[in-house]
Amino acid sequence: MLELKKIAFSADGKTILHDVDLVVPDGELMAITGPNGGGKSTLARIIAGIEKPDSGQILWNGQDITQLSITDRARLGLGYAFQQPVRFKGISVFELLKLAAGGDLTIAQACDYLSQVGLCAREYVDRMADGSLSGGELKRIEIATILARKVKLAVFDEPEAGIDLWSFQNLIQVFEDLQKKQQESIVIISHQERLLKIADRIVVIEGGRVAAQGDAQKILPDLLQQKPCCKAGRGC
Amino acid sequence: MGQEHLSWNVTGTNGLAARQEHQGIDMAQQHLLREIAGLNGMPDGAFNIRANGATAQRQSSAHVKIVGKTDVQGIDIYVEPGTKDEVVYIPVVMSQSGIQELVYNDFHIGAGADVTIIAGCGIDNCGHEDSQHDGIHTFYLDKGAHVKYVEKHYGCGAGDGGRIMNPQTVVEIGEDGYMEMESVQIKGIDSTNRVTKATLQKNAIFVVTERLMTHGQQNAISEFEVMLAGENSGAHVVSRAVAREQSTQQFISRIYGEAPCNGHTECDAIIMDDAKISAIPEIKANCPDASLVHEAAIGKIAGEQIIKLMTLGLTAAEAEEQIIEGFLK
Ligand SMILES: Nc1ncnc2c1ncn2[C@@H]1O[C@H](COP(=O)(O)OP(=O)(O)OP(=O)(O)O)[C@@H](O)[C@H]1O
Ligand SMILES: [Mg+2]
Repeated sequence: MLELKKIAFSADGKTILHDVDLVVPDGELMAITGPNGGGKSTLARIIAGIEKPDSGQILWNGQDITQLSITDRARLGLGYAFQQPVRFKGISVFELLKLAAGGDLTIAQACDYLSQVGLCAREYVDRMADGSLSGGELKRIEIATILARKVKLAVFDEPEAGIDLWSFQNLIQVFEDLQKKQQESIVIISHQERLLKIADRIVVIEGGRVAAQGDAQKILPDLLQQKPCCKAGRGC
Repeated sequence: MGQEHLSWNVTGTNGLAARQEHQGIDMAQQHLLREIAGLNGMPDGAFNIRANGATAQRQSSAHVKIVGKTDVQGIDIYVEPGTKDEVVYIPVVMSQSGIQELVYNDFHIGAGADVTIIAGCGIDNCGHEDSQHDGIHTFYLDKGAHVKYVEKHYGCGAGDGGRIMNPQTVVEIGEDGYMEMESVQIKGIDSTNRVTKATLQKNAIFVVTERLMTHGQQNAISEFEVMLAGENSGAHVVSRAVAREQSTQQFISRIYGEAPCNGHTECDAIIMDDAKISAIPEIKANCPDASLVHEAAIGKIAGEQIIKLMTLGLTAAEAEEQIIEGFLK
């Protein structure tokens, strides 16, 4: 179980998260949504240890991990698929998956992870994880690195971004399987109704606060009925 | 180690082994040969192994003749026209402190031949005196000849004597010729000043990949000068470099287009600690149909690359090693 207690974060003199409280129980598939710039990715980066909160506490299965490094948190079983995946000159897709798996991975296993995210494994396993991959390809490989890690809690930051319609169904399947088979907790940050629908619970983050949370069946209809936000300049 | 020793012809009586100078290959030299040429024993085919300032073993093959020079140190390598798929090994190893040599190796590649040449130099300097190998390699590629030339430089040994290498490569590629040059210097060479000069005739292609890493107080200079003389000739010179600690590097690349041609030079460098790198490209076109491009970039390892690998469970130091290893691969 992951518990965030009164997490506050600011950058450039601007408060980005205001005392956020959030609990992700074991085995839950949680979706986080909300307007652009609301603080979702910042929260994910704080969970992964990439950013340190100004105040507040992060507990993982009761252990205070607020001061732990990125590496230590990863080793405790936390995983984070970036919103914008990183490109590596000279590291192949296979090598990246192997690093993710902790050094031990067969080609067959790597191919299996790639197939799960809808990539023709034989074509990609030897490719470089660099600028030669398209945005959608890189995004799927990013998801595959999390599959290869076998984490206890995975945060996927907009996994649907750039992924084509045909693969989308596949992706949903991946998350459902992850949850069922491995009893993992999964947090999906998303703007996609179809992904929100498969969640047990939806959390809305807006202006650096938890604006709403609850069962997907309850929250989703409200969300879909909301008027366009004036902040986005679409008029209200 | 002991068993591997047996696989070397320690008496030097193999095939056309050099008459006077031959000698055994010692343990330190065996280690160097593995590092620079991947050799675990006597190769098949033509080879020349130079150890501690003299030829230790030499063998010609049916289509590749290796002949010692009489006026200066070095060898002539004659590849018969049409020779296919042969690999020629010409490594140099130095395991004694204080040896300094200047060696001339000339490669005559016959028309239509297609061969791989594995050169490379390893210095194990456990002493106080400088060990220095300066090699001048000249390639003459006849019409349609293809050469893949691989050169690896490596230094080791606990002594405080310098390990110095100044290789010069001169390449003349005839019509329709193709040469691919791969040079690697990842470890242990204190000072290097490398010069590569090429002249290309009609339809000739020259592709260079250089990988360089310096650390400690090391200093490396790598200079390329490519003359695209013939119509439709092309050159692609790519350098990947990492400079760590207090080391310094200088990359100079000049490409001259004298005819309708394509030239591209690229230097991509990672700088760390207190290192210094400079990249000085020059492209000059003397023909309106010459197309020449240079790219140079120097920068730190992108922080997000380290962060991503840390989220996979690597420490910052492990992440850095992985990134450098990949970058130089
Ligand atoms: N290091 C930083 N310095 C300054 N501002 C930052 C920094 N990191 C995030 N922000 C700002 O914090 C706010 C929240 O950013 P965040 O990336 O968390 O939003 P998000 O909810 O993930 O948005 P999106 O849906 O567009 O991905 C934004 O206004 C962003 O500009
Ligand atoms: Mg975001």
